Amino acid sequence: MNRQPAYDLAAVRADFPILARPIRGKPLVYLDNGASAQRPVAVIDAERRYAMETHANVHRGVHTLSQRATDAFEGARERVRRFLNARSTREIIFTRGTTESVNLVAQSYARPKLQPGDEILVTRLEHHANIVPWQLVCEATGARLVVVPISERGEVDPDDVRRLISPRTRLLGIAHVSNALGTVLPVAEMIEIAHAAGVPVLVDGAQAVPHMRIDVQALDADFYVFSGHKLYGPDGIGILYGRESLLAAMPPWQGGGDMILHVSFEGTTYNELPYKFEAGTPHMSGAVGLAAAIDYVDGIGLENIGAWESTLLAHAHERLGAIEGLRIIGTAAHKAGLVSFVVDGVHPHDLGTILDEEGVAIRTGHHCAMPAIEFFKVPATARASFGLYTTLEEIDRLAEAIETARNLFR
Amino acid sequence: MDLKDLYRDVILDHNKRPRNFGVLAPPAVGAKGHNPLCGDQLTIYVDLANGLIRDVKFEGSGCAISVASASLMTEAVKGLDAGAFAALHARVHDVLTRHDADIPTDLGKLAALGGVREYPARVKCASLSWRTLEAALAGANAVTTE
Repeated sequence: MNRQPAYDLAAVRADFPILARPIRGKPLVYLDNGASAQRPVAVIDAERRYAMETHANVHRGVHTLSQRATDAFEGARERVRRFLNARSTREIIFTRGTTESVNLVAQSYARPKLQPGDEILVTRLEHHANIVPWQLVCEATGARLVVVPISERGEVDPDDVRRLISPRTRLLGIAHVSNALGTVLPVAEMIEIAHAAGVPVLVDGAQAVPHMRIDVQALDADFYVFSGHKLYGPDGIGILYGRESLLAAMPPWQGGGDMILHVSFEGTTYNELPYKFEAGTPHMSGAVGLAAAIDYVDGIGLENIGAWESTLLAHAHERLGAIEGLRIIGTAAHKAGLVSFVVDGVHPHDLGTILDEEGVAIRTGHHCAMPAIEFFKVPATARASFGLYTTLEEIDRLAEAIETARNLFR
Repeated sequence: MDLKDLYRDVILDHNKRPRNFGVLAPPAVGAKGHNPLCGDQLTIYVDLANGLIRDVKFEGSGCAISVASASLMTEAVKGLDAGAFAALHARVHDVLTRHDADIPTDLGKLAALGGVREYPARVKCASLSWRTLEAALAGANAVTTE
């Protein structure tokens, strides 16, 4: 196993100012990247520069700054298109984040189509953001939510998707990577199965985009959604990629400025894609920051990041697996860089507090994926999630802090 | 801040060996408390006689702070009427949340909960059982800290 990433880890860490701040008098070990990743100076500077040199409202004024802001905003859209390898910027919608993207598809794509008895298919390991929006449209339409089971290892069998797709299935919603368990789902195969039955697929890529290269054309995804802040970018900005033919047929979700061409009280003409789905003044500095984050991870190379996170994951499984009474929750053969676990005799919430005292930041709880966590018959787990700047020594400090907790509760 | 200030021996002891852990049969009434943030779930049973808490038990699972707080509470509230419970609850709430308040010297073992005030994220854990007993006395059957 390679003990070093293909990039200069110390130099990369120096790009993230927050990593240098102590927590409770100890060096910060930030292992909550699955909840939100930290930002490099490049992202912070891009947003700052936008505010200091470029800002005005987009798509409106004839004045210089409005044009510059529009160029920056649309440039960011093109950057996202290239990142996902979408065919056109008409397929890239800026949203507030993954959650809003899923809600947009649920309300605008699914809801007008759904009849009583129709079905939406999701898996048991989904984040609440890929469950509750579907429950809302099901309640409103009389459709039902059907759930694909998971195994004891936290894996989804594509054959179960095949088995559960029915003539009434209108959409399949799946995570690319489970936020609670780390499982990487075989989404390409699942999409192929769904498409064979004529069912479109939404992929929740929130936990996947920071770890692997995404090509929406190669995946043949119909909708692919993610958030900026998990990709070392700003919070409050996210993406909905949608296949143009589907987006074109969908009605607007929210009404307001930017999404219209002509308004009269007799009727309103909606704007073309992608603006039809971007009502109101968008998060322009967020889009600029997201583009900077994409430049940053592409500069390091997502393949290099993914390879280093595999090393980190193997080291974490080895170190944590050796701790007496520690059980890893989610042992899929193919995992991204996160480990969920429980420790005998130490509740995850206590563990979180004790680790914080050691400067180690992890997430504890149900990770907004209650059905997945309850499947393992635990009330909560502790979760350490890695980023491109995580070191092997930080995982050692995590393991040592867990031992401290075990000793305290002995 | 020292972890031992939060996890004092009294807390660790009551977490490991919770007192009054179990179920009371009707006519005792029960109320469920839930802290979705950490998955804590407690049921508090209270048996009232002439307006006084004759017996109280709890069951469920939670973090050390919530289990110890529930256990300490069950020891402290027997014999109290609703008004005296409310007064004690208010004092404990101050201990849990008010940085500027001195820990009263007459609170006995409950004073061990004083470390929680340095950990705002943990106040809900410590207060869950108290709010649940409050709900049980008021005739409600569920409380959530979210």
